[in-house]
Amino acid sequence: MTAAFLYGAAGLLLFALGLWSLLVHEPLLRKLIAFNIMGSGVFHLFIAVAHRSDGSSPDPVPHALVLTGIVVAVSATALALALNSRLEEADAKASSSKTTPSGAPEPNTTARTGLPKPSSNGANRLRWPSR
Amino acid sequence: MISNSLVLPIALPLLGALLVVALPRKMPILGALAALATTGSGLWVTAQTWLQADLGVVLGGWGLPLGIGLAADGLSAAFLAMSSLVGLGTSIYAIGYFAGSERCNHFWPLWFLLWASLNGVFLAADLFNLYVMLELLGLSAAALGALTGSRAAVEANLRYLLVGLLGSITYLLGVALLYAGYGTLDIGLLSERIQPSPLAAGALVLMVVGLALKAALFPMHFWLPPAHANAPAPVSAVLSALVVKTAFYLILRLWLDLFPAELSNAAAAFVLGVLGAGAVLWGSWRALRAERLKLLAAYSTVAQIGYLFLFFPLIQATPAGIARDDLIAACVLMALTHGFAKAGFFLAAGLVQQKAGHDRIDALGGTAQSMPATTFSIALAGSALIGLPPSGSFIAKWVMMRGAFEAGQWWWLIIISTGTLLAAAYIFRVLSRAFGQEPTPQCFLTDARAEIPALLLAFASVALLGLAAGPVWSLLGFQGAPA
Repeated sequence: MTAAFLYGAAGLLLFALGLWSLLVHEPLLRKLIAFNIMGSGVFHLFIAVAHRSDGSSPDPVPHALVLTGIVVAVSATALALALNSRLEEADAKASSSKTTPSGAPEPNTTARTGLPKPSSNGANRLRWPSR
Repeated sequence: MISNSLVLPIALPLLGALLVVALPRKMPILGALAALATTGSGLWVTAQTWLQADLGVVLGGWGLPLGIGLAADGLSAAFLAMSSLVGLGTSIYAIGYFAGSERCNHFWPLWFLLWASLNGVFLAADLFNLYVMLELLGLSAAALGALTGSRAAVEANLRYLLVGLLGSITYLLGVALLYAGYGTLDIGLLSERIQPSPLAAGALVLMVVGLALKAALFPMHFWLPPAHANAPAPVSAVLSALVVKTAFYLILRLWLDLFPAELSNAAAAFVLGVLGAGAVLWGSWRALRAERLKLLAAYSTVAQIGYLFLFFPLIQATPAGIARDDLIAACVLMALTHGFAKAGFFLAAGLVQQKAGHDRIDALGGTAQSMPATTFSIALAGSALIGLPPSGSFIAKWVMMRGAFEAGQWWWLIIISTGTLLAAAYIFRVLSRAFGQEPTPQCFLTDARAEIPALLLAFASVALLGLAAGPVWSLLGFQGAPA
């Protein structure tokens, strides 16, 4: 009973840590890792739920749910990374056109729409409010 | 035998998605056929639920705790009918919209995946199955929204994807808590076992917050306007009309069928109502200030979602009986009306954008003369968004205001009437710009294939759901007739 409780509480703690990081940190990669940690927290809780205190074999249903959840999390992460690489391509194109003399002046448009500027190391940043 | 037909609205679009990937040359024709089949199966399930009884099937020959259950009652049948009809209209529109564009190759498979998961959410009877369908929905919706490939669209949909993931993982944590407490995921079994405990209360909060994030309930709506305004027109229509509704449908389902009355109490309902009121006021105000037609439509969605949440305190405060049934049916009617109206509005806005090359409201002069049918669609859909008679939302707002009087919660009346006035202001702002100085055109329809779906959807929101709202009551199994 205590072991299952400890595992479950650890799962909730992981979820809370991931949630905090997802909300606070701007770089997209950190957000994605945070989301995966949140997912791990929930899976942790499911595994703890599957434990049976009388020593018999664990409940298989939560195990199946965790497997499905992992597949979902992996595909979601892949899609987010794909969208992110599209963003980086667009930014690279924009910055190369900015350096050419005929290029349109870009900085004003980014400032007006409030889009976060790509940082120098190429990592995209994403802020929650979308002015 | 009839119950097995519940599989079709989910299986047919999945099959369609596979077929259009396998045979890309036949894409528009295959897409149209698969869309027709999906709509037919969805309407068939609705008709069976209406004429006979609630349907239910457990897949794979496994018993209930293990097997995956599908079920259709009046509530799911009503939303299924909406997704079928709006989906068909959008599909026909998309044939013309994407003609000759290579984006067509990406649109059809993703759209059928989205449609399968929409129907899946409406038919699933199991909390985990719902989670999988919600995730499939979120992934395909974000991919569809980014279809234009512009930087703004990709960024908006990346944010939409992350918000959707956050919402569904929060929902999943609630599901895990419920499984820990009661050992089942089937909604029917769970509602028998569930007790008003702190565990169930925690699960209720997590699930409703996660879903409200996906439903763009104020103040968690920040992701919606850029994502919906930057998507291609058919995608915007589906996102605003259907995808947002799935999360609302699920909150309503949990509220009515799963959680005991001690948990879905007055305080919880009041919180939802206040957030809904904020959405009505803020969404309508931002729609009024929007410079672009599609952004206006997106903010209007935020406001209309708010009205749906205003029903919760009224439903909670009304004792079981005809008055409460009326409120629930009016809530569903409001959601359906918005589904048709907003789909028609976005499709028509897409035509304006294609023809004019932009959708700035200030520069829409002459649209009424050059595209009369499209402008008429916007006006029809707009009258349903305002809630003018005879649209479905007129009846819904009437019942809602009557409910607010009877429950003694007069403050919601101020919100409803302010929101309605603001809606009238933003719709008439578009229409007043659309009538320019050009000579009157020769013909009403300028591009029949694309204009007729928008026109029909807008028409359905006014005439079908307004003049013939009675079937919604009988579909939900209620006696009372609208006042």
